[in-house]
Order: sequence, then structure tokens, then C-alpha cells
Amino acid sequence: MSVSVQSETFDVGHEIALLTRDNHGVGAVASFVGLVRDLHGGRADDNRVGAMTLEHYPGMTEHALEEIVAEARRRWELLAVRVIHRFGRLLPGEAIVLVIVAGAHRGETFAACEFIMDYLKTRAPFWKKEEGTDGAESARWVDARLSDETAAQRWKKQ
Amino acid sequence: MTIKLLYFASLRETLGISGEEVTLPDDVSNIAGLRIFLAARGDAWQVLIRSQNLRAAVNQKIAGSEAGISDGDEVAFFPPVTGG
Repeated sequence: MSVSVQSETFDVGHEIALLTRDNHGVGAVASFVGLVRDLHGGRADDNRVGAMTLEHYPGMTEHALEEIVAEARRRWELLAVRVIHRFGRLLPGEAIVLVIVAGAHRGETFAACEFIMDYLKTRAPFWKKEEGTDGAESARWVDARLSDETAAQRWKKQ
Repeated sequence: MTIKLLYFASLRETLGISGEEVTLPDDVSNIAGLRIFLAARGDAWQVLIRSQNLRAAVNQKIAGSEAGISDGDEVAFFPPVTGG
């Protein structure tokens, strides 16, 4: 069970412990945690984000994440991978996504962790809707960013 | 043939529907044809041919405009993803 899509939050330390327990070949663990910010997509805006709702495509989301993890494992020699992505309504400061990669050495774990996040942002079917601090009335869907696509493109094999 | 259609995020709101079963005429056999068929339903549905950004998936895998559709397939349309 390397991939979970859930509404509940997660405990990074607990997840790392589960991943590395009984696996003493692990010499490096890289992790990434994405959080809800209170800025509208980084744009200057008087109305800060009060909450964010993540919608997803049940079934396809899990398959897409599993395929991304499988691709990472084809590219790098990894010992364990864990991905958790939340859905539902989240408040600023709450964690949205967790990626943990365990391997023998740091090089492949850093690279694979970044690769998984870059692919997740452009391939996993999640959509964010931001609310202002004045409530759900002002909610609007977040636009996809070209910079995320550019980040994913750099992993294209030559 | 009859397929299951799903719509997500801003597209779901624009169309006012999250999913449906639809029986297609014989000449609709791929994603491009399905977009044209659905767009004929009315103004809101024109987005399916006007928005180049809208993605499609067949049986939960991303599919291009030439991807074929078969009886019983699950076809989804959605905007570019914004997770993570």
C-alpha cells in the first residue's frame, strides 16, 4: 500500500517509521510535505485564502499515483515509496500531500522525491478550489500553472 | 453503444452535471467525435469543443482526441489538474 488518497491528515514521522522499519538497507530517506498557503496562487490579492477544497477522480487518482511511483522505481533504485494525497476542505497550514522515498543513498531519494511531486502536479487528477476569507461565496478554481508543466518536462528522457 | 460519462471540477459546475449514462450514435467512435456530439446539446456544452485545455480520460487513463471509445467505457472530461 504505497499510495493513499484520503481526507484525514497524516503523521510524517509515523509514515517514515513504517517505511523504514525492518528495512535496514535504507541509508537515506527524502520526504516532501505540501501545505495549504493563504495566498491566492502566489498572486497579490487583498482577499486571502480562507480554505481550499480538493476534488479528485476516485479510482483514476489512485491509478495515476501508482503509475507515477512505478515510473520512479523504474528510473531509480529505490527501497520504498509512500505517497499520501488528501482531498476535501483544508485550511491554510494544513498538509495536502506527502511523498517519502527511501533508498540506499541520498542522490536517488532526492531526485525521485522531486520527480514524483513534479509528475503528481501535472498528472494526478486533483483540482483545487480556493475560498476567500469571506467564505465559500467567493470560491474559485485554481488555474493550472505553466511552471508546473515546465518542471515535469525536464524529466522527459532524452 | 452506451458509455458512462463523468465531469469534474469547473467543467462539472459549468455543465451542472457530474455524470451520466449516454447512448451514442454509431458514427461516434472516438474522443473527438464524442466532444462534437456533446457540444451539440447547447451553449454550455460548446466548451467541449472550444476549450483546447480540457482533458479526456478513457477508463481512467488520459486519452487523446483520436482515442477510441467502446461500449461500457467510462469516459471523463476535466480541466488541467491542480493538485499537490
